[in-house]
Amino acid sequence: MKFDTPAGANPIDRMKVVGKPTDRIDGKLKTTGTAPYAYERHDVVPNQAYGYVLGSAIAKGRINRFDLAEAKAAPGVLAIVTTLDMPRLKRGQQNIAYLFGGAAIQHYHQAIAIVVAETFEQARAATALIRVDYARERGRFDLATEAKTAPLFGGSSGEGSSAPPIERVGNFEGAFEAAPVKVDSVYTTPDETHAMMEPHATIAAWEGEKLTLWTSNQMIAWSKGDVAINLGISPKNVRLDSPFIGGGFGGKLFVRSDAVLAAIGAKAAKRPVKLALSRPIIANNTTHRPATIQRIRIGANRDGKITAIAHESTSGNLPDGKPETAVSQTKLLYAGENRLIAMRLAEMDLPEGNAMRAPGEAPGMMALEVAMDEAAEQLGIDPVEFRIRNDTQFDPEDPKRRFSQRQLVECLRQGATRFGWSRRNPKPAQIRDGRWLVGMGVAAGFRNNLLMKSAARVRLDGRGIVTVETDMTDIGTGTYTILAQTAAEMMGLPIERVVVKLGDSDFPVSAGSGGQWGANNSTAGVYAACVKLREQVAQRLGLTGDVDFTDGQVRAGGRSVALADAARGGELVAEDTIEYGDLDKTQQQSTFAAHFVEAAVDAFTGEIRVRRMLAVCAAGRILNPKAARSQVIGAMTMGVGAALMEELAVDKRFGFFVNHDLATYEVPVHADIPYQEVIFLDEVDPMSSPMKAKGVGELGLCGVGGAIANAVHNATGIRVRNYPITLDKLLDRLPEIA
Amino acid sequence: MRPFTYQRVSSPAEAAAAAAQMPGAKFIAGGTNLLDLMKLQIEAPAHLIDVNAIGLDRIEKTDEGGLRIGALVRNTDLAAHKKVREDYAMLSRALLAGASGQLRNKATTAGNLLQRTRCPYFYDTNQPCNKRQPGSGCAAIGGYTRQLAVVGVSDACIATHPSDMAVAMRALDATVETVKPNGSSRRIPIADFHRLPGNTPHIDTNLQAGELITAVTLPKPIGGKQYYRKVRDRASYAFALVSIAAVIQRDGSGRVAVGGIAHKPWRVETAEAELPRGAKAVAARLLAGARPTEDNGFKIPLVERTLGAVLSEARA
Ligand SMILES: Cc1cc2nc3c(=O)[nH]c(=O)nc-3n(C[C@H](O)[C@H](O)[C@H](O)COP(=O)(O)OP(=O)(O)OC[C@H]3O[C@@H](n4cnc5c(N)ncnc54)[C@H](O)[C@@H]3O)c2cc1C
Ligand code: SF4
Repeated sequence: MKFDTPAGANPIDRMKVVGKPTDRIDGKLKTTGTAPYAYERHDVVPNQAYGYVLGSAIAKGRINRFDLAEAKAAPGVLAIVTTLDMPRLKRGQQNIAYLFGGAAIQHYHQAIAIVVAETFEQARAATALIRVDYARERGRFDLATEAKTAPLFGGSSGEGSSAPPIERVGNFEGAFEAAPVKVDSVYTTPDETHAMMEPHATIAAWEGEKLTLWTSNQMIAWSKGDVAINLGISPKNVRLDSPFIGGGFGGKLFVRSDAVLAAIGAKAAKRPVKLALSRPIIANNTTHRPATIQRIRIGANRDGKITAIAHESTSGNLPDGKPETAVSQTKLLYAGENRLIAMRLAEMDLPEGNAMRAPGEAPGMMALEVAMDEAAEQLGIDPVEFRIRNDTQFDPEDPKRRFSQRQLVECLRQGATRFGWSRRNPKPAQIRDGRWLVGMGVAAGFRNNLLMKSAARVRLDGRGIVTVETDMTDIGTGTYTILAQTAAEMMGLPIERVVVKLGDSDFPVSAGSGGQWGANNSTAGVYAACVKLREQVAQRLGLTGDVDFTDGQVRAGGRSVALADAARGGELVAEDTIEYGDLDKTQQQSTFAAHFVEAAVDAFTGEIRVRRMLAVCAAGRILNPKAARSQVIGAMTMGVGAALMEELAVDKRFGFFVNHDLATYEVPVHADIPYQEVIFLDEVDPMSSPMKAKGVGELGLCGVGGAIANAVHNATGIRVRNYPITLDKLLDRLPEIA
Repeated sequence: MRPFTYQRVSSPAEAAAAAAQMPGAKFIAGGTNLLDLMKLQIEAPAHLIDVNAIGLDRIEKTDEGGLRIGALVRNTDLAAHKKVREDYAMLSRALLAGASGQLRNKATTAGNLLQRTRCPYFYDTNQPCNKRQPGSGCAAIGGYTRQLAVVGVSDACIATHPSDMAVAMRALDATVETVKPNGSSRRIPIADFHRLPGNTPHIDTNLQAGELITAVTLPKPIGGKQYYRKVRDRASYAFALVSIAAVIQRDGSGRVAVGGIAHKPWRVETAEAELPRGAKAVAARLLAGARPTEDNGFKIPLVERTLGAVLSEARA
């Protein structure tokens, strides 16, 4: 189905099943521990052996030699494969770090060997007996140092837009110079790791030429292709199966060393191999969100109108890498006639930087929304009002392009009322509650809506059960449920009569889970397939004209037939793909939010505790308010982490992330998370897809950090521009103690 | 984890005998620290002596009016004990500020005292670490040191002792009771129990090899208002950046022990004389000679300010 004109009325509009806060259909499996995650798939293939990965002890250099004598002699060892046993494997299309093969070391904990043994403990113990002779080389590990000479980056941001190295509208420098009110600040965000609960894990089995990987992966089709490239085999011979994923946050968009090494280990041991990356190597072995240094300049008139806005961001990556696109939202979020956008990219020798939940916007909004707060403060205008005054209903770089929907102002207004914003004292450091200094902060939330083609197959059997098959993944977001809701709505069935099967590369290729595009696109793919199935049903039943599918019945021209009857003579199967025209080019599709935060800062110790959080979101049709709310509160929680604690600490001498486990890389715990409220504004976006939906999973994160930083400033009068905002950055400016 | 042999013992005497027989053996109690370290081969004992069944899981009154806490008393039970909550409140609070409910259910009094540092380089076996591998060097010095020590450090090691419980015990003047492999017993004042790193950072305490902790005793209650204030980046489930165990008496005198800043619970008795003059004066004495790094210099004002918070609460 080609979607190239705005959606008209369609069966989804009935909202009998779609739009309901349905519990997850996979919830029981998860809460009873019976959802089969990759590492637990003991039943898929017999005789599984265990693999264990050895990571490089150096960040840059070469391996001269391995001494495997002791390891080979260790109990239970079936096979050992080292990176010197094969030439460097080709890189897949999605990544820049090499996963295995050859002597060169690009980054710390790069996989350099796999040991396969009868038990996990034996594999691990034998791995510790491998002796490696390294030749260490100097590397570039400090972004601040490398930033000084980092060249401008132009071209693709990786998400469909391409740009010249410096994008300009009007005359930024002139307008900024002339502006009566100016902000010119530099912000930094640190490297972050996904820290999802389930580690990267794979079971690999060969059957002749054919390789099956039971794995944990967000993007099945990408990864099937990339595994084939990595291993130099035909994609036809690769099957991936990933029905359940214990979180990914972008860390599992790609094939990682677990999958490739499980395959290599299985070949060497001539047995299926099960392998999970151990927690301490995940941060350095896989990908991470790169650190940024961002300079933002805002010039405004006294009436609060922005006249000039510039956002420049510098990040680092391995050779051939991309920058963290922290400037993206600044192209679209606020009005202003004179604009400048630029990115610089430093070549570095830290592990690969790549997507993590809301790449670009997450760190970008953490900077931009503080800059907006600084501008509002200078202007003496309420920060909610300041944002409203600079709203734009069209793309400021290209005024012909309107936003398909843009309710930022409504989000801000509703949020302000709901949160009790009027009680905020605009003068910082005025509110005291015992030992706590208390303040409120606001930020806009913004994340683009991305359209990706997505296919699905639907089957109707003689019992009237509809089965959905697509290689779409459920990364904990509720995808199973919204796909079931979509098919149920389309076929006029209760949700119990829909079965959803996901994550198998033998199924039709979906949009996959990433960039908050999963929900809208994958449901639209199911919609398209269901449209075809409806046609088949009508034909089989000899119904013509306006055919209605409701309550398990199909009705037309006064006749009513049970849906199941259509499949009496044999299963009906329909498959289709939703494909998009240029609706996302002619209009700008984005999602909007307003984030409100109340934070308290201990006047003695500088400890920061968030007290209340509210997100008001406008993101198209909400397919399942319960699942969507879970996404947003999860994202808000991640926002607290980014604002207050998450930071991969770089050892600038040895070139690695030092705090590479969950004891030392802190993410929020329950005690950090206060009352969270989420409001979705009524919205349907006919430009997005027949579902009229957009994503929320990343929107909920974008802006939270800024709102927290602004609340801390309101509480203390202290402006911290280097994330995370830890107490040491406040101590010297807190009130004197007696 | 390296292969090891394993044995269960049923009395302290048997434990001591087993230790005498198997040099290089380790006791295992809750296992919440030892097992993690064995998996990473930071500890690689050839033999484990499981002491969970040796009794020593009771809290009793001593003749002096104090408490004797069996070595195997779980952190959860110790924190919840009525006498502890009434008379040694800071100990209860310190325990509850540590780890998580599940871990505290397993963690024992002896194991908690003997838990090893959380220096991240100690945990990364690719890195040189004098504590893990004597003489290999210290990767932390000059590296990422935000959590590490500011006082009592040496050129060989700047690690901290991570226990919360031990900080309260230091302020309470606890005594550690032990049995040596030869069967003799001794009492070690908590002040002399943990060591500074010096040139031998691989030796955390003054226990001898194979020496079994049987109990920790607390002297009779000292009254006063008791505090345990733990400061960290997140609200729970994190080790202290700085923690303060304090008792403040009505006349303004008191005791202060500090966690998160040294290789042992940090207490300087002469600094306590400054309590009537306020947090700044006490902190100045406590932290005299401090050698912070660029990353952890904030711990100096943080100790002062956290103590200020405690004193202001005590006066309120
Ligand atoms: C995720 C996590 C978070 C944590 N957070 C905190 C925290 O915030 N604050 C805090 O204070 N602690 C914290 N801990 C540490 C925890 O308190 C210790 O792991 C626990 O107290 C150790 O007790 P155990 O009985 O399990 O010791 P084990 O692991 O069994 O043993 C530890 C050591 O003590 C020795 N040992 C045990 N019993 C005896 C005995 N009777 N005589 C002689 N030697 C003995 C063992 O040989 C071993 O060397 C945390 C631990 C984890 C895993
Ligand atoms: S500070 Fe101590 S524990 Fe940490 S690396 Fe140095 S020697 Fe090892």
